[in-house]
Amino acid sequence: MNRVLGDKRAILVLLGPALLVYSLVMLAPMLWSLGYTMFSGSVITGFSWAGTKNFSTLLHDPAARAALVFTLKYAVVVTVGQVAVGYLLSLLYVFFLRRASGLIRTLVFFPVVLPTVAVALLFQKFFEFAPQTGPVNSLLEALGMHGVDWFGSAGTAFVVIAVMDIWRSMGFYAVLLYAGLVDIPEEVLESARIDGASGTRLVRSIVLPLSLPVLVSSIIFSINGTLKVFDSIYALTGGGPGSGSTPLTLLMYRTSFFYGDYGYGATIAFGLTLLSLVVTLFIFRANRRDVTEA
Amino acid sequence: MTTTTVATRRGPAPARTHRSTRRHLRRIPLYILVTLLLVVMVYPLVWILLGSFKTQDEFLNNPTWALPHSFFNVSNYGDAWSSIALYLRNSVLAVFPALALVIVLGTAAGYALEVMVFRGRSRVLMVFLAGIMIPGQMILLPLFTVYFKLHLNSTLWPLIITYTATGLPLTVFMMATYFRSIPREVFEASTLDGASAIRSFWSIGFPMMRSAVFTIALVQFFFLWNDLLIALTFTTQDDLRTVQVGLLNFTGQFGTVDYGPTFAAICINMLLVLGLYIFMNQRVMRGLSAGAVKG
Repeated sequence: MNRVLGDKRAILVLLGPALLVYSLVMLAPMLWSLGYTMFSGSVITGFSWAGTKNFSTLLHDPAARAALVFTLKYAVVVTVGQVAVGYLLSLLYVFFLRRASGLIRTLVFFPVVLPTVAVALLFQKFFEFAPQTGPVNSLLEALGMHGVDWFGSAGTAFVVIAVMDIWRSMGFYAVLLYAGLVDIPEEVLESARIDGASGTRLVRSIVLPLSLPVLVSSIIFSINGTLKVFDSIYALTGGGPGSGSTPLTLLMYRTSFFYGDYGYGATIAFGLTLLSLVVTLFIFRANRRDVTEA
Repeated sequence: MTTTTVATRRGPAPARTHRSTRRHLRRIPLYILVTLLLVVMVYPLVWILLGSFKTQDEFLNNPTWALPHSFFNVSNYGDAWSSIALYLRNSVLAVFPALALVIVLGTAAGYALEVMVFRGRSRVLMVFLAGIMIPGQMILLPLFTVYFKLHLNSTLWPLIITYTATGLPLTVFMMATYFRSIPREVFEASTLDGASAIRSFWSIGFPMMRSAVFTIALVQFFFLWNDLLIALTFTTQDDLRTVQVGLLNFTGQFGTVDYGPTFAAICINMLLVLGLYIFMNQRVMRGLSAGAVKG
């Protein structure tokens, strides 16, 4: 039997193609990309040796610093927003809507599967200032305030980006965290209620600690996505105004394909990979220590 | 209303009615909150749908929340469709072959890594897993170089190949997890009956995984269909654009000038997904969150 299930030829036939495609199209390019960090130029202009120049540029480039700051700001705000709103929603589902939550859960989840480009264009029109006054500015005007040119400055553009990405994905985190909350045994909640815990106290002392593992994996998942944000910002603001909303991914894209500098582009991509690795490990570690202390 | 009529007829009821009214009163902020939530989620979508029936004149002269004059004004859709149709075709031609490859290769690899016995299989699984972490930007430049050198840039092959590879890590990992839940005895029995390893994969493993395969296909479909980065990088010609890249370009062309067709194009892109979601929403939600927890 083990002779059959350990058949080398069968393993090769089953595993070989996937491993081959994966190695050729993902692993090899990754290593190749690391090699690019020591060159400058592009496939069209040809490459020349650059040594560690790209790395020293990365450390002193004001555009890279601005992009790093934007990436971190976006990642922190949107991760906290997604997970916090998602958690509130999941509490709403479990403790207030209970059985009736199915329809609302499905509805709030829907934007998750919508094409990012479509949602971004929708928000562009929704927050429009001129020539058509979009619903948001119309509402502001109806309330006696002035309309805002949302995409006219980096600060307000950031607000729209954050609102859009939280709107788009809160339903996802709500469902993820909902699954964690449903797993909390009813007896635990019941005995806490008998002991007199209710409302916020119940959430803080019982529900929150017990759903911490799901919460942490949500945060890790979310921060990994937000550090790599590209689609939504590219489609919504294109990184503008100027380069006021340009994250590292977009800077990498521009450097490589608009300015034809593959070497520096690859260096930025490498920096980004390192950043998400470090952040993930950091959250992982911080969380593990908490658990052992408790 | 009905509770009051019941209350007048029965003796002990008033107290109960009183309590339940109070309970309902206490829950009013909550109802408002839920209503607000629904408005925030649904209104943008309804607004864009209503807009797709409006004429340019209505866009510029009527308030933005006004209903369209006529729901039978589908000329916007005609305008949008004439350019979106090609993009849709490209998306279909790039996504579905890649999807089929991802499923077949990924399921076979998941089976090999979980059911078959050989040294180093957990290490191979880890190698696949590492692919989930790699940002797309890390592989774009070398791939672009290769596709350029091979003159594949004027075809859809770069998209099919790249989509297949980027879809594999999650698929392999999820399939391995699903195969773990099937008792080993099933495969051992089939080998005792004389089936080869590949035969028991095709005749036993794959059919048993039908539901899981369908879920993963659905999840991967959304990832690939909604992709922007890869399509943007590897399609350099207008007639090769996928629907997402095409839509971005579309607003560049009509954008501020012509609202109706833009709104209609956004709606076409959304309605397709909506159609799929209406029938499969439970499966989609389960599949996507399973992929997240494990990823």
